[in-house]
Amino acid sequence: MNLALSDEQVLLREAAREALSRVDSLQQARSALDHGPREDLWPIAKDAGWPGLLIGEEQGGAGLGAFDAMLVLGECGRRLAQVPLLGHLPASAILIADGRCDEWLAGLAGGQLRAAYLPASPPTDIDERWSLDPMRGWERAPLPVAHLDARDGDLSGSGDLRRSAAERGSDERRQAAPKDGGSETVDGGETVIVNGTFAFVPDAPGADLLVGVATLANRPVGVAIDADSSSIHIEAADSYDGARSLGHVTLRDTKARLLQTEQEALADAWHLAQALIAAESIGAVEAALEISVAYAKERHTFGRPIGSYQAVKHSLTEVLRQLENGRSLLYYAGWSREGAPEQFPLAANAARCVAGRALEYASRTMIAVHGGIGATWEHDAPLYFRRAQLTRRLLGGTRLATDRVAGQMLAQARAAP
Amino acid sequence: MDLEDTAEQAAYRQRVRSWLAQHASEAPVLRGEGALTDEAEVVRARRAWQGRLAEGGLAGVTWPKEYGGQGLGPVEQVIANQEIAAAGVPGVLDAIGVGMLGPTIIAHGTEQQKSRYLGPMLHGDEVWCQLFSEPAAGSDLAAVQTRAQQIDRGRWVLNGQKVWTTNAQFASFGLLLARTDPDVAKHKGLTMFILPMEAEGVTVRGLRQISGEAEFNEVFLDEVALDGELIVGGVGNGWATALTTLMFERATIGLGGEGLGYSATRFAAAVASVQGAGADPTVRQRLGVLCAELTAVRFMGYRTLTALQRGQIPGPEAGLAKVTLVNAATEAGELIADVIGPEALQRGSDWHHMICFLPGLRSAGGTEEILRNTVGERVLGLPPEPRLDKGMPFSELRQREGARA
Repeated sequence: MNLALSDEQVLLREAAREALSRVDSLQQARSALDHGPREDLWPIAKDAGWPGLLIGEEQGGAGLGAFDAMLVLGECGRRLAQVPLLGHLPASAILIADGRCDEWLAGLAGGQLRAAYLPASPPTDIDERWSLDPMRGWERAPLPVAHLDARDGDLSGSGDLRRSAAERGSDERRQAAPKDGGSETVDGGETVIVNGTFAFVPDAPGADLLVGVATLANRPVGVAIDADSSSIHIEAADSYDGARSLGHVTLRDTKARLLQTEQEALADAWHLAQALIAAESIGAVEAALEISVAYAKERHTFGRPIGSYQAVKHSLTEVLRQLENGRSLLYYAGWSREGAPEQFPLAANAARCVAGRALEYASRTMIAVHGGIGATWEHDAPLYFRRAQLTRRLLGGTRLATDRVAGQMLAQARAAP
Repeated sequence: MDLEDTAEQAAYRQRVRSWLAQHASEAPVLRGEGALTDEAEVVRARRAWQGRLAEGGLAGVTWPKEYGGQGLGPVEQVIANQEIAAAGVPGVLDAIGVGMLGPTIIAHGTEQQKSRYLGPMLHGDEVWCQLFSEPAAGSDLAAVQTRAQQIDRGRWVLNGQKVWTTNAQFASFGLLLARTDPDVAKHKGLTMFILPMEAEGVTVRGLRQISGEAEFNEVFLDEVALDGELIVGGVGNGWATALTTLMFERATIGLGGEGLGYSATRFAAAVASVQGAGADPTVRQRLGVLCAELTAVRFMGYRTLTALQRGQIPGPEAGLAKVTLVNAATEAGELIADVIGPEALQRGSDWHHMICFLPGLRSAGGTEEILRNTVGERVLGLPPEPRLDKGMPFSELRQREGARA
């Protein structure tokens, strides 16, 4: 039995905290709401090696696991730092599972290329369809439709696609790229044409590569799309949480590379995104609790610190309870993705469920403990509140993750003798 | 990070498993076909089985060898408990003695007390009970009023009342917290005694609860005379001794939930068995949340276990797992009764007892409110509630309470 961080993981987390402490990410999140400038944090991520966290060492990555990635996301969440890993890492996971995307992976590992994940949720125990977050409303949206490209040869199509993404990389990327430029080494990749819309895609604006799921002849398939195409329209949708970059991605006859990623790996990317957003949320809960506790110790009313009142103390203890539960489930998710992959979907959804509720409660408590000042523009509490409100409704929302926990438990019960 | 046993743990698990394979047939049957029903017979059979478990090294795993234990760590005790549960046989009857009171005597008792009491306790020959709580001292345990007065050298007389005493109806001894000096501050005037339950003046009365069953007792003490050799940990040192017991209690609770049958798998199976319930979005939301929380408790337990394995002692935050467990199980009871209907509440239903039992369990081992105070102060470092009893002699405090009333 060893359910604790390793020394390396503690170091990774400390290094992430240190790297992010150099940026005033909270102030940036606030000013972004007033259309102020927002520093690009991708260079920090590149320096730290985060873009290649999940990518093998042979492709220039760190070859680490989901749990390590979750630790980094936790630190980003603490400081509401807009590091676009929530899109990049699940997209990388799909390409890793494809097994034939080494060149892209080399660029993604070094951060010369940045990918975004086009999220699609896999079937549940009572709904066999893959589906997307809708632009608006309650019903899940259907997957975009792909068809084989009749006009263009398969190899040349994907080759073009690959070359143009690579060319937009920096000089260092070009030096690192194979001399033959890459397209000739592509084998077996077919091109498909995709039409459809993905709403509220994390980190889509500015991504070089979009990786997700489409339906081809009623079968879900993985697709990778060069984002630099006139047939793609990405509309920024990030006006509520200044530290969260989102975009609506519309594909109109867009050329995409057909991946050979298995359905299970496509589903794994969804669950990885759930685990990452849960980790990010728990990081934010930690910070919200620390700030609230510090204030409850120093603020006095009626001659005593407000933290001595049970009403305040119990609210903060409730945040701690939910935080510890969330953290325990992050350990479960982090351990199971490598240690017991069949349990990873349950672990990731449970973590998302508890973490989402924890953040909701922590951010409201943070404002309440601070009183009226906690609801002013200059205070940090509204930034955590905005994070909670938006996060709760992204990537299927806390609601879908909760539903999937129930679905998995019910399916297990039905299968039991 | 992994959940697997180390090589030594796997070898230990194998030893436990093969012992159980050999001896499981000797265990009393408590449920289903051929189950014992007579209460006295159940107790007798379970005491005998506890003796077998102790001989096999499956009880008192963490106790030192000189007192009949195995001298192993808490992880091995958990492994033994897991294997006992997996074998479908009962565990020790006197979990309170073996888990909490024995370790307290090991920590604070005299050599004479250790050699006299520990062996029979471990083997189930003498069952123990915990005589701490009183009608006016539960969460505020240091407010106990049971009075122990020294009558001559080495003789004490006890008067008072204890409550919530599990197993008192068949216990041989109790560990009892009494007030020996009311004229000092309330935490200072306490002393821990060993009470022979056979002593003259001890009356045990079953306390019938909300479920209709009497799982607890009230214990009345009327001029009970005790020898000074029965004091554990020294006169005036009762609070420190009690804290040791409570620490072991916390460690037990933090790891205990599944022993009560409050598992996500069992609750999900109940919902799945009701036609149509599992497809209802509201039912699924409620089930999803409670299953996620119960799963969190399970992994919180693994984290606690990891800490224990590294020689760390779980802090009061482990108590939050109990809050989650009780509240999630309460919600499960509500949900299951909602999907099954009134049938779930009828006597004989699988859920009748749990649904009745949980409101009281919420306050067991200290109310949720007092636990949140403790965690808020000790873990988050929040300032304490202003207290009116600090430093004041207990007798004066009582007078003041009386005057106000």
